[in-house]
Amino acid sequence: MTSGAVITNGQRADAGAAPAAPAPITMAKALNLGLRAAMAADPKVLVMGEDVGTLGGVFRVTDGLQQEFGEPRVIDTPLAESAIVGTAIGLAMRGYRPVCEIQFDGFVYPAFDQIVSQLAKLHYRSAGRIRLPVTIRIPFGGGIGAVEHHSESPEAYFCHTAGLKVVACSNPADAHLMIQQAIRSDDPVIFLEPKRRYWEKAVVDPRPLTELPAADTTELHRSMVARAGTDATLVGYGPTVRTCLDAAEVSAADDSRSLEVIDLRSLSPLDLTPVLDSVRRTGRLVVVHEAPSNVSLSAEVAARVTEEAFYSLEAPVLRVTGYDTPYPPARLEDHYLPDVDRILDAVDRSFGF
Amino acid sequence: MLSVTEVMQLLTPAGQRITVASQAMSPGPSPAGEPCPPSANAAAAGELTVADIDLPAQIADLTDDDLVGLYRDMVLVRRLDEEATSLQRQGELGLWASLRGQEAAQVGSGRALGAQDMAFPSYREHGVAWCRGIDPMAILAIFRGNSLGGWDPAEHGFALYSIVVGAQTLHATGYAMGMARDGSPGAAIVYFGDGASSEGDVNEAFGWASVFRTPLVFFCQNNQWAISEPASRQSRTEIFHRASGFGFPSLRVDGNDVLACLAVTRWALATARAGGGPVLVEAVTYRMGAHTTADDPTRYRAPGELDAWRRRDPIDRMRAHLGAAGLLDEDRERRLAIEADACAHDLRTRCRSMPDPEPASLFDHVQVTDTGLVSVQRSAFTAAPGDGGDGPYVQGDLDRRSGLVTGETRVSGQAW
Ligand SMILES: Cc1ncc(C[n+]2csc(CCOP(=O)(O)OP(=O)(O)O)c2C)c(N)n1
Ligand SMILES: [Mg+2]
Repeated sequence: MTSGAVITNGQRADAGAAPAAPAPITMAKALNLGLRAAMAADPKVLVMGEDVGTLGGVFRVTDGLQQEFGEPRVIDTPLAESAIVGTAIGLAMRGYRPVCEIQFDGFVYPAFDQIVSQLAKLHYRSAGRIRLPVTIRIPFGGGIGAVEHHSESPEAYFCHTAGLKVVACSNPADAHLMIQQAIRSDDPVIFLEPKRRYWEKAVVDPRPLTELPAADTTELHRSMVARAGTDATLVGYGPTVRTCLDAAEVSAADDSRSLEVIDLRSLSPLDLTPVLDSVRRTGRLVVVHEAPSNVSLSAEVAARVTEEAFYSLEAPVLRVTGYDTPYPPARLEDHYLPDVDRILDAVDRSFGF
Repeated sequence: MLSVTEVMQLLTPAGQRITVASQAMSPGPSPAGEPCPPSANAAAAGELTVADIDLPAQIADLTDDDLVGLYRDMVLVRRLDEEATSLQRQGELGLWASLRGQEAAQVGSGRALGAQDMAFPSYREHGVAWCRGIDPMAILAIFRGNSLGGWDPAEHGFALYSIVVGAQTLHATGYAMGMARDGSPGAAIVYFGDGASSEGDVNEAFGWASVFRTPLVFFCQNNQWAISEPASRQSRTEIFHRASGFGFPSLRVDGNDVLACLAVTRWALATARAGGGPVLVEAVTYRMGAHTTADDPTRYRAPGELDAWRRRDPIDRMRAHLGAAGLLDEDRERRLAIEADACAHDLRTRCRSMPDPEPASLFDHVQVTDTGLVSVQRSAFTAAPGDGGDGPYVQGDLDRRSGLVTGETRVSGQAW
């Protein structure tokens, strides 16, 4: 597919020929278009992973890429995650830009050594001589009723590792943009995709990154205000941004509270400027993620906000997270995952101080 | 077939009993993807042929009832598998991984096990589970989203399912090391797939099991596919050839021949128990269904392939054999069909009436000794909302404040 095309109801049309506003597309499709654009822009970009070729990935994110770019660039790999990342490192040393797909969050751990001890450190060890522009895509998070190991949130492991960049998209437009930016990054990027949001739709600017004016693009490592508000601040990323937005909606209707919602987007490095700005206005902060709370992203946000905006806080920073248990069986996941009620209870508690 | 090399058989695809020699696999369908190069060194050190194993002797003790029993196992297991697939379609299960086509490999190897042995399954070993006396409902509960395990491995000699591909091969290796140290009379067997054979864990298990001469049978069901990838994407040689590089013996068996699977597994277990170290068995079989109910195999495999493997159906083969031997008449078939229906009906009833787990049970058994982290969260969870607790929410509680919630729509993934 040529870059700059618009997808309408699954059918292709040339951008120039489309008079009406583009139809909304799913996050899965937006990622697919972003990957296409990145592959079209740079012949060194390779896609590799289990079932990414003929099948187009278990979530169809790589659908059609092999037909379009050929088998040498879209590689159905043997079933070995350590090898997927390890060989991507070697390919990157030859000037390629591999985009690795890890089929599910729970299957990234066989590649842990290659990511943490190799991918993250080679630039440092080589005194800057080696660059590893490797993107590792991981569908993450719960909420799809899956069997074990298919619903995890492993982001903290990677954020804790110097040398890695970690981002999470939360909506189709960001997915389309951020995947292209991640691939263009000269540093390794862990790219987290909230799998339960794959089928949520939004209108996406179909222009590839190469054709977007810089002024129109948010940088990869910037957080963003997803909903403006004045009374309290909710911070989420990936799948919980939607949950926070829903909570803000309910709170506005039921409690006449105006909640600001911030989408972190980049988990490492963290861009806390909008969070600090917001907290200085609202004085109240609730951080929401699916991962367990112990030594998590919310712990980092809470610590840094306490350090930098202590006198603005009217209440302690509160957290709504998964519990510190293994991810439970699917029939209990609604109890485990942060939901609107838990978020609003935390907001109530914040106002109780 | 991959390439026509020796494959151990006791029944031809038509159900004829082979009494002495092995056969080349009768010309079958060719799997998708490029063919493996012909195996030049099938007789290389460590690779066993029928000259090394007296296959018929391994099952010489089987009575007529035993033979019918193997057939019954396969029929019931297939029926339960079909029931699970339809329960998934009706929304009672989140997912199902069908074993259709692999009944002979699983029942043959499963019935070779004794009480003293320990089996380590992957996630598709419902037939082995059946042989080990696991309640099929315990397996459905996993796919229903009610549990992550559900049985006591020690009680059944059957470890928990392993969804992380290949991980269980190392557990089996360590378990077998322990068995050898303890002078246990048993051996371990570990199940894994053609796809799993690419994982580092599996190759590390090969090395360790060999070096420590562990009493372990590696039982690889090569069902030709790892989701959408053909076996040729995992290995340029046939999988059983790999063992010789690690220094232990291996063999290849017709995985759709229940008698041959029983015979070779009995032999391999006996070798392992007697201190002969590990054996790799490659059972050549076929995944007749989708990878799971979330998968769509029409995207990657030719329809003719399934038709060709239908002609090698493991149950038809045993039925033909028993019929020809006069061991299976219409009346016995009818009674078996009634039994299968009853099993399926019982499973369906129990599945439908299985209640969701107690919400607070998600905090159970995180650790042997609670560190306080979890118990504090449990207390907050069980406290009523408004009392400072998060409350044991149920789905409908989302509407507690208003009906405005929109974004929490449940989506189903394409496949996993
Ligand atoms: C470590 C790991 N990586 C990826 C997956 C996802 N996955 C589940 S089954 C499967 C294919 C397994 O193929 P094979 O070993 O041949 O077993 P089969 O499904 O054919 O029984 C994959 C890639 C997984 N479960 N674990
Ligand atoms: Mg397989």
